[in-house]
Amino acid sequence: MAERRPTGSWVGAILAAVPILLLGAVVYWLVDGGARRWFATDLPAVENLYVLRHVLEPDTIHLDIVNAGTDAATIAQVIVRGAFWDHRVTPTRRLEPLDTARVTIPYPWNTGEPVEIALLSASGLTFPYTIQVASTTPVATLGALARFGAIGLFVGVIPVGLGLTWFPFLRRLGSGGLGFLLYMTVGLLAFLVVDSVSEGFEVASQLPGPYHGKALLALGVFGAFLALAGIEAHSRARRLAVGSAAWLATLIALGIGLHNLGEGLAIGSAYVLGEASLGALLVVGFTLHNATEGIAIVSPLLAGGARVSRLVGLGLLAGAPTILGCWVGAFTYSRTWSVLFLGIGAGAILQVILAITGRRPLAEHVTPAHLAGLALGYLAMYATGYIVGAA
Amino acid sequence: MSRREPTARGAQVRLCIGLGLLALAAGIAGTAPGPHGGHGDGQAAFDMSPYQNTTVGETTSGTVDPDAYLTAVAASTVEQLADGTTRRTFEIHVVNKEIEIAPGVFFPAWTYNGQVPGPTLRATEGERIRVRFTNLGDRPHGMHFHGFHTAAMDASMPHQQVAPHGTFEYEFDAEPVGIHLYHCHAFPLTLHIHNGLYGLWIVDPKQARPPARELYMVMNGFDPNYDEENEIYAVNTVAFHYARHPIQVRQNELVRIYLANIVEFDPINSFHIHATFFHYYPTGTQSEPRDYTDTILQGQAERGIVEVRFPYPGDYMFHAHKTEFAERGWMGMFHVVPEASGPEGRDG
Repeated sequence: MAERRPTGSWVGAILAAVPILLLGAVVYWLVDGGARRWFATDLPAVENLYVLRHVLEPDTIHLDIVNAGTDAATIAQVIVRGAFWDHRVTPTRRLEPLDTARVTIPYPWNTGEPVEIALLSASGLTFPYTIQVASTTPVATLGALARFGAIGLFVGVIPVGLGLTWFPFLRRLGSGGLGFLLYMTVGLLAFLVVDSVSEGFEVASQLPGPYHGKALLALGVFGAFLALAGIEAHSRARRLAVGSAAWLATLIALGIGLHNLGEGLAIGSAYVLGEASLGALLVVGFTLHNATEGIAIVSPLLAGGARVSRLVGLGLLAGAPTILGCWVGAFTYSRTWSVLFLGIGAGAILQVILAITGRRPLAEHVTPAHLAGLALGYLAMYATGYIVGAA
Repeated sequence: MSRREPTARGAQVRLCIGLGLLALAAGIAGTAPGPHGGHGDGQAAFDMSPYQNTTVGETTSGTVDPDAYLTAVAASTVEQLADGTTRRTFEIHVVNKEIEIAPGVFFPAWTYNGQVPGPTLRATEGERIRVRFTNLGDRPHGMHFHGFHTAAMDASMPHQQVAPHGTFEYEFDAEPVGIHLYHCHAFPLTLHIHNGLYGLWIVDPKQARPPARELYMVMNGFDPNYDEENEIYAVNTVAFHYARHPIQVRQNELVRIYLANIVEFDPINSFHIHATFFHYYPTGTQSEPRDYTDTILQGQAERGIVEVRFPYPGDYMFHAHKTEFAERGWMGMFHVVPEASGPEGRDG
């Protein structure tokens, strides 16, 4: 500190600005100066149109388009099931990079049938898009909100709540049983991490290049992980009840809630996109799948006990985001948000796993019961996930 | 031919007019969505706007002119040789040109004289033909004629192609009588034909065919994304051009269509006219028609003469009865105006 010169503040500012000014000059020279012709190629502009989502109304198909390329692109014509079709484009047919437009096609689509659409660009490139199973896109009416809310309720809130009702029974277990349950929770959560990340990669791969889906997923994972770690450190510094059973249960519920938000987004959007026939079986699968999450939440509380109101609060924290996810997924589906939330869910759960297993060095205390719990938890999720299938 | 009951014919006409109006509405490019109909009970209020199979907009670049291709023949100079024969000379050059094959859709074509299909070459049987050919493109090209000629004029093998900036004179006699093709035969052949190097070559009989309204139609297709499947089909290049700009003919007038198929990638093409029948002369080499029908098939390079009259005024579709092609642009309209005098309809 002593060697810092007192006049350094404005000199430092100038010194800091020099590289930025030089960078600006180089960019200007590249873009507008003589350098341009050095790097120019004879390659024609490659148009890259990307369909973000579709909205189906009776006798009308809407497509939301983004220009995902590095050059301007023009939507010249639209082909539906092999036939040129009447349509209009708003606001403009010519899109600069990352501009968006809506293509509205009056078309007599039939419920339950797939619809193949191709955008024909000015340079004659075709950009195909498939509506897997056509059905009217739900709009946020009270009825639709209730319907998707009910799906979220059954998939998220009720199973978690049912899992919580094991609490009185689980309390009667001894400490060996408790360790078993905690590690079963770790198994469950490990499965959810794998599930979230693989689903996240899948959706990320469907995003247009400039959206950098995989980087977005990583941002969610590391962002959530570090944010929860930060909260924990902050709380420790203030001597809050970090590491207590209640803290751990809350952390688990929060992590599962974030995961369920991503899951709800996926369910709502799959329903809307016609990619999953969200029949009773799928709901059953998710219900069984998520019932195990309730056990995960209560397992840290077994030694101490908890009031009913706390259990209900934890259940809602873990389950209710599913409803929110279903709504957002169904009514304003965006793959971008799905990727981000799947990442956040995975990162949060990773932090939870660390919070459970990191309390003591593993080698000192891991017993065969723990390992059995770990395996059982993972396999339980695997088995119930099997019912869910592709979703 | 069999004659229908007048009522049945009336119903048929109404149906055709209905379809015609539908097509016209399609041609207007969906600018006026709303109820169409009124041609039957209970249709007045039905919204037909979701049923418009059409491209949207109009070609505005000025790079194509299908109305001209429909009736124009290539300019030629004629001279009498010492031995008394007539020599007819055409000037043809190959030039690369971006053309608008559907409204707003551009294709980097290889063209004869800047147009696809190339100019229609027409001569009379027995004339001496000379084609002064210049290659202004950037690949070897040539002109391979269907018809009689010597091996040196066949323009098919690589050593017979004309290099960029090169010239060549093709010479042969105009025979046999009929409708033929010329096209580039340089390799890769599919590419050279698909890219636009083809046109009609018509040899008229010494005794001219009866006077008629004569039209030139080349059924072609385009694969602008190079996936070896055509995205666009048409007659004379531009998808749905004659649906937006119906071909005007007169009721009962003899219409003679010189028709050829040059479509790549698909094994067949077809031609169908609504509400009338036509005589078909395959390759135009025989004086008697082979068929009296409303639909014919053509493989690639097949061609023939269609002679047709429209017995009723109104708007009538013509299109490939390969409906996939029709829906991709190979659909047009005839607008039949009433005869100056006389009752409506052939049978009064």
